[in-house]
Amino acid sequence: MNAPARTLELGRVGESVKRVDAIPKVTGEFAYSSDLFAAGMLWGHTVRSPHAHALIEEVDISEAVGMAGVHAVLTHTDVPGAKAYGLEFADQPVLAIERVRYFGEPVAIVAAEHPEQARRAAERIRVAYEPLEPVVDPERATEQEPIHDGRPTAGHGFRDDPRPNVVRSIVIRHGDPDAQGEVTVSGVYELGIQDQAFLGPESGLAVPDGEGGVDVYVATQWLHVDRDQVAPCLGLDPEQVRIHLSGVGGAFGGREDLSMQIHASMLALHTNRPVKMVYNREESFVGHIHRHPAKIWMEHRAKRDGKLVNVRARILLDGGAYASSSAAVTANASAFACGPYAVENALVECACVYTNNPPCGAMRGFGAVQSCFAHEAQMDKLGAELGMDPVELRLRNALAPGDSLPTGQKITGSFPAAEVIRRAAALPIPEPEELPRDALRLPGGSGNTTRGEGVRRGVGFAVGFKNVCYSEGFDDSTAARVRLAASDDGIAAVVHCAAAEVGQGVVNVILQTARTELDLDEVVLGSATTSSVGSAGSASASRMTWMAAGAVQLACRAAKDELERRGGDLEHGETIDVERVYHHRPTTPLDRETGQVTGDGAHVAYICAAMRVVAEVDVELGLTRVVWIGTAQDVGKAVNPQAVYGQIEGGIAQGLGLALMEEIQTQDGLITNASFTDYLIPTTLDMPPVEAQLVEEPEPDAPYGVKGVGEPPTVVSTAAVASALRDATGRQLTRVPVRPDEIVGLP
Amino acid sequence: MDVLTPTTLDEALRMKAERPDAVPIQGGTDVMVELNFDRARPAVLLNLNELAELRGWSRENGSIRLGAGLTYTEAMEAPLAEKLPALAEASRTVGGPQIRNRGTVGGNLGTASPAGDALPPLLIGDAVVELASIRGERTVPLNEFLTGPKRNALADDELILGARVRAAHGAQTFMKVGPRNAMVISVVSLALTVDRERDEVRAAFGSAGPVARLVSARLADLDGFPERVAAAASPIDDVRGSAAYRSHALSVLTARAVERCLQ
Amino acid sequence: MRVELTVNGERREADAWAGESLLYVLRERLGLPGSKNACEQGECGSCSVLLDGRLVCACLVLAAQADGHELVTVEGLGEEAGLHPVQEAFAETGAVQCGFCTPGFVVATADLLARNPRPSDDEIREALSGNLCRCTGYAKIFDAVRLAAGS
Repeated sequence: MNAPARTLELGRVGESVKRVDAIPKVTGEFAYSSDLFAAGMLWGHTVRSPHAHALIEEVDISEAVGMAGVHAVLTHTDVPGAKAYGLEFADQPVLAIERVRYFGEPVAIVAAEHPEQARRAAERIRVAYEPLEPVVDPERATEQEPIHDGRPTAGHGFRDDPRPNVVRSIVIRHGDPDAQGEVTVSGVYELGIQDQAFLGPESGLAVPDGEGGVDVYVATQWLHVDRDQVAPCLGLDPEQVRIHLSGVGGAFGGREDLSMQIHASMLALHTNRPVKMVYNREESFVGHIHRHPAKIWMEHRAKRDGKLVNVRARILLDGGAYASSSAAVTANASAFACGPYAVENALVECACVYTNNPPCGAMRGFGAVQSCFAHEAQMDKLGAELGMDPVELRLRNALAPGDSLPTGQKITGSFPAAEVIRRAAALPIPEPEELPRDALRLPGGSGNTTRGEGVRRGVGFAVGFKNVCYSEGFDDSTAARVRLAASDDGIAAVVHCAAAEVGQGVVNVILQTARTELDLDEVVLGSATTSSVGSAGSASASRMTWMAAGAVQLACRAAKDELERRGGDLEHGETIDVERVYHHRPTTPLDRETGQVTGDGAHVAYICAAMRVVAEVDVELGLTRVVWIGTAQDVGKAVNPQAVYGQIEGGIAQGLGLALMEEIQTQDGLITNASFTDYLIPTTLDMPPVEAQLVEEPEPDAPYGVKGVGEPPTVVSTAAVASALRDATGRQLTRVPVRPDEIVGLP
Repeated sequence: MDVLTPTTLDEALRMKAERPDAVPIQGGTDVMVELNFDRARPAVLLNLNELAELRGWSRENGSIRLGAGLTYTEAMEAPLAEKLPALAEASRTVGGPQIRNRGTVGGNLGTASPAGDALPPLLIGDAVVELASIRGERTVPLNEFLTGPKRNALADDELILGARVRAAHGAQTFMKVGPRNAMVISVVSLALTVDRERDEVRAAFGSAGPVARLVSARLADLDGFPERVAAAASPIDDVRGSAAYRSHALSVLTARAVERCLQ
Repeated sequence: MRVELTVNGERREADAWAGESLLYVLRERLGLPGSKNACEQGECGSCSVLLDGRLVCACLVLAAQADGHELVTVEGLGEEAGLHPVQEAFAETGAVQCGFCTPGFVVATADLLARNPRPSDDEIREALSGNLCRCTGYAKIFDAVRLAAGS
């Protein structure tokens, strides 16, 4: 147990405060996007491609349109405005035109009075496909026919890479990439496709406003960018599309891209009735992007004393059929490829390719997860080669303020890598538990597979880091609006911020910040919609605490100044209403040829974590029980410590899942395990107790010194769990999720 | 689509005779997934929940009779759990409590999945399946009842009443390999008993061939038994595991189970 | 077809299509969306309800099977005076993040504590193994169960 059990109702920055939405969530009253209802509502349904790659010869909707209860059947010809959208590049059709590029791509949509009527109508839509050979091997993709005409991602300041199907490629040349060391270790590492597996499926309700516009109630991570993608496709002005945040059942990156927003809006505008869409779990697996699978070749050259001399890495990411945020993921995988270590020479080559595999984009850890798994495996290997303690090796190379990354970016703010390593390494690990014991506390768990036979214990260690906030010159801002009015007890405040509450607790960050700044208990959180306040940016990149706190702080201070100007009090009926936009220090792009920073630097700040893992492995059956995890994490300043511990524990669980069990499997581009029966996430019997230590070293330029907390646990835990498994088994285990076959030594 | 809910077994059998296409539904853990994901749209569902005749268990002439509606939760409770320990252990590996409260032994027989967790424990108990129709009742040994993956010997007008199983005459155990430590469909499973009365070891595996299957040996002839069990399997590669792993794991499980039960 | 059942102590009826699950009827026909639709295949426990006092996944119960039976959902768990102690404990300990799994966990925990008021850590883990949470890593959920058990 990490956090004090007792929480406050109305706390300030730095205190553990009960979530403002906790009561409605425990009673079942909290309205998630799949819970919505409107009078006269229709149900939308999506017809999807059964092929990973095919030409569409014909879409015949004639049978479906006349069916009982059916009010609309729409295809790409019915898209009123722009035919394609995308988070960074508009390369994804709203509904497929002429060609489908991935399994599950939307081809047509239906609205009917009952979901079963919609499903039956969908069945009657005849789509004639001519299957094409799918591009499914990322290593061959750059030699195959391009799956997109033109080059959707070219001309955005990226390195010119003329090979077919390249989304983005980056080469970072740092120091002398040919520098030799005294010891060299190398390896090839792979990661499967991980799914966000948020529990609340993609869903929402679109309500026509009767004047040609639409209100969309949806679970998303970024209201304003949803609007900016939806409106052009509907042929509407941005003001005619109002996106309202509905209850979000988890996100983890998977709600950055659109899912049903445009489809439901099209159906609502076409039928002039509210339209609800709810994906089921199978559909959810094709309804959002995933974490990029990767193959990583790495070579570490070091001196005998352990000091790194040169890191050479080649990283191949499979972006799937559409770009999503692949370009930014590519940048992260490259920038953090060498880990939180000072290395004077490096050559990092990273490419992300288009294929006909499931589209990939943002997921918690965003490129850093993949690199961390590889660089930490390499550090373990180097330690073994040198006969050096893995913690000592990492401390010897730990990055510190004043050092530079391989991108040439100098670390100017807080970067307590050595501190998190020391603190995590100092956590006492539990003694091995005596046998016999209940099978639940052995590898295999409830499967009752061992009483102790074959069980070996291992201890692993890993360190990782990533950036906070947007990078590479992307404008990063958050707006907040504060309204003060007289109340019976003095002054009451309402705060608006479009920051998406996805479970992480940003609602409390906003309220705690406002209470602190206004020195007031009576603060109410207004609803998050595009019509009440400016953009907050997305709930991603571990940025929302920093950015929301910054914006609310600015707006509150402006409101307070105004209050003071008016003499410190408000008459009944008198209000103060101010909106402010917060920006962090601007960032600048990487040089497209050398991968070196231009200007101030590509990132505004970094967050790091170290982790120690104890695991027991049944080496005869290849089954694992993670016994204990200890971690120390650099958090800047914990705004709500209870929530910070919760983020760490939950983030670790997702990384543990990738290490041990989570993988979307495909065959020729078709997903073969799109269910919670076969895509497995950790259960109560898979997660060990977590001992977490917060390292609070304030970030100089951030409000209250905050950083971000959501991603580092996920970045590091996959690597740390794999490290413990290697220690227990003596095997290389170069691919995650680790399959039992590899542990028992089957080919 | 229609739902029929008989309240007596006779009524149920009449309905099944009239509507042989009716799909029986008891705990719903298989049928509802088919319905929810639009994989099946049976014209008629036959809801068996109200049939008292299918519930519970009883002792019959030295063997145990399990009603088709016996849930996994019930199979884990004493004194039944002491008479059929492998079935109790298998039941504990089925889903979570919610699934164990609804899922039934009869459902496992009806679905006849090679991964049905109750099937190996029933096989080592020489289970005989009781079937009924308006034509009368008949019994079929379980190994004959299971005819293929998700196929069984049930006639269109028949319902499963239950199964008769030999109570344990010696130690029994059940083991199930899955990719995580709870809530898994088995990658491979094994039930094993050392039956001192008959002087034999009986092992039955699941998820390692088209049907769950029994392999026996004399107590004096256990050398190489794990390999024999593995050799009797005909596993395939699928999303849950590889054929090679299944064979390997089966021999490891068998060796461990023998040791566990001989102690 | 018509389904009549007792939900949270109240007689309710609904017209349903024969293929509908109890979960769909609760959420879309009876105005009780507290039970959640996360997997609809019995793998996550988000739709946990008590059917005649037994913990089940509402997604795996055919609506017609609930006809004539008694149901308690998360909405009916609290007492007149306020929250159920399990609900209090989940809110207090930080066991709620996105909250989508919470109703299912709350119902499953209430069921556990009704049968076993002082569960061991192993018993808690096993009893809740049919409920998936993607946000918390379960630590604070276990804290909540222990807190509720002690209260």
